[in-house]
Amino acid sequence: MLQRYVTWLGNVFGHWNWGTSPKGGSVNEEVSRRMWVSLRLMLPGWLLGVVLGVAIGAYTATKQYKVSDRVATAFTLFLIATPSFVLGTVVQILAIKFNKAVGSTVFYVSQEQTAGTAGFWNLLLDRAHHIILPTLVLTLLGLSSLSRLQRNLMLDSLGADYVRTARAKGLRRSKAVVKHALRTALIPTGTYIAFQVSGLFLGATYTERIFGYNGMGIYGVSTISGLDINGVVAVTAFGGVCYLVGATLADIFVAILDPRVRLS
Amino acid sequence: MTQDNPMREVIAAQNDPVGGLTSDPIAAGTDAATTATPAAEAPRAKRVTQRQLIRRRFLRNKPAVVGMAVILAMFAMAWVVPNFLPWRYDQLDNNAFYAPPGTGNHLLGTTQAGADVLALTMRGLSKSLIIGFMVALLQTSIAALVGSSVAYIGGVYQTAMMWIVDLLLVIPSFFLIAIVTTGGPKGPHAWLLLVVLLAFFGWPLSSRVVRSMSMSVKEREYVQAAKYMGLSTTKTLIRHIIPNISSMLIVDACLGVGYAILAEAGLSFFGFGVQAPDTSLGTLIAEGQQTATTFPWIFLAPATFLVILVMCVNAIGDGLRDALDPNSMSGGRA
Repeated sequence: MLQRYVTWLGNVFGHWNWGTSPKGGSVNEEVSRRMWVSLRLMLPGWLLGVVLGVAIGAYTATKQYKVSDRVATAFTLFLIATPSFVLGTVVQILAIKFNKAVGSTVFYVSQEQTAGTAGFWNLLLDRAHHIILPTLVLTLLGLSSLSRLQRNLMLDSLGADYVRTARAKGLRRSKAVVKHALRTALIPTGTYIAFQVSGLFLGATYTERIFGYNGMGIYGVSTISGLDINGVVAVTAFGGVCYLVGATLADIFVAILDPRVRLS
Repeated sequence: MTQDNPMREVIAAQNDPVGGLTSDPIAAGTDAATTATPAAEAPRAKRVTQRQLIRRRFLRNKPAVVGMAVILAMFAMAWVVPNFLPWRYDQLDNNAFYAPPGTGNHLLGTTQAGADVLALTMRGLSKSLIIGFMVALLQTSIAALVGSSVAYIGGVYQTAMMWIVDLLLVIPSFFLIAIVTTGGPKGPHAWLLLVVLLAFFGWPLSSRVVRSMSMSVKEREYVQAAKYMGLSTTKTLIRHIIPNISSMLIVDACLGVGYAILAEAGLSFFGFGVQAPDTSLGTLIAEGQQTATTFPWIFLAPATFLVILVMCVNAIGDGLRDALDPNSMSGGRA
């Protein structure tokens, strides 16, 4: 038992060999292939979600209790209560309805690419075409909680003295809001966003399942149900590394945004 | 519009018939009647007990009231409706596979195997409700006990417990729960293990909040007094510290229900949660999702219930937070 453990440890750290699955496939190969699938899937949706989430949050905070704020609040609360697998499936159903109505395949609802696509540009276009719907889902999910967070933070900083001072000095409202209120309100959001980096590889398990992407999240789930212990260990270790990277990024991000934090 | 908030707060505090509320150490749960204003200060002010005050503030929050009504209706539906249905959730109609809603006596259609979707959804709803509330109750209780005792006792106990808490926070709970339920016992009561596991990974975060709140409560005079009167640690915790952070605990439990329901649905979606023949909303959604593009009703019924359920729980949580927080202005004055 102990001997086997030592051998395994030696393989992992000595040769960077994470072992094989029960069917004989190499865990290394699987992980190194799938992590890019996951990243390709998550990155556009995550970026869009972050940008839109911060923008919507900041905008609704300046319009507190007006119609636009109420609508956005109701919408985001609905999105927060909707798990990704429900949202993804609803989007799929709607897309197929739309495809049927139009009479051609405007949206692909499954797979990362059409089999047999050749050439770099063709492949890129084809993948971009396939990624529209997953990106839509991931964007909506990302912006929902982020815009709530950003709105609450923004409300705090909008009422702060320094924003009033900036306005009193004669700064235009838009400039006071963006330069003084938004900048302060971005610090905690930055931490939150940086932590999300850790979810870039493993966070989209449901979206992967629904839209047929063979990424890391699905791999983690299938290794568990397939009792593939080496695979489970590799995925968990991978997740741990992602988490650490995210935490480090969070610290760096805060140090960039907040002049009070200085590492001497 | 936010700039005038501090001002309004001051005015509100002056007009507030129960102005002592913010500084009064006695919080919800403990002898509420004694919270009334001293008669000398406001002779004509009507006596408002804290319970009445909280109820009034809660009722002013429309989404929360609607949410509460819907949740109660769901509880009633989940246990009453199945008795009046022509089909039980585990009964199969061999004459109707993938029947669309409205065929025969299947109000919401049938599944691939011919089970009635409405009966299944009601069964799943009751299971999700039970799991959600049990997990929330369990995890908030653990968080309250651990968090407050850690803050009160301190020392080596605190260091050790905080290590455990931080360790549990880092562990990817989804994978661990999945691993345990895959290898764990099967059978009709396997969902109880799921409840325990969800609570086990749910309490650390709230226990940190409880700890930081208890840190300030334990320095109050009445806790000191209780200590010097020789009250045992357990009694001090249960009688003096936990009641004074109860508002936070209530809100935490309420929001925990939403998280637990979503977590259970997520696990069940991959087959790691509630196992067949029993069902939950997540299990049903997973079943419906595979054929959602051709037979959408199997998916839509449980999905709708799940989304409405979580939205209502969150609305109640927000309403309770506003009603219980004496500094909150979002519930209107007083």
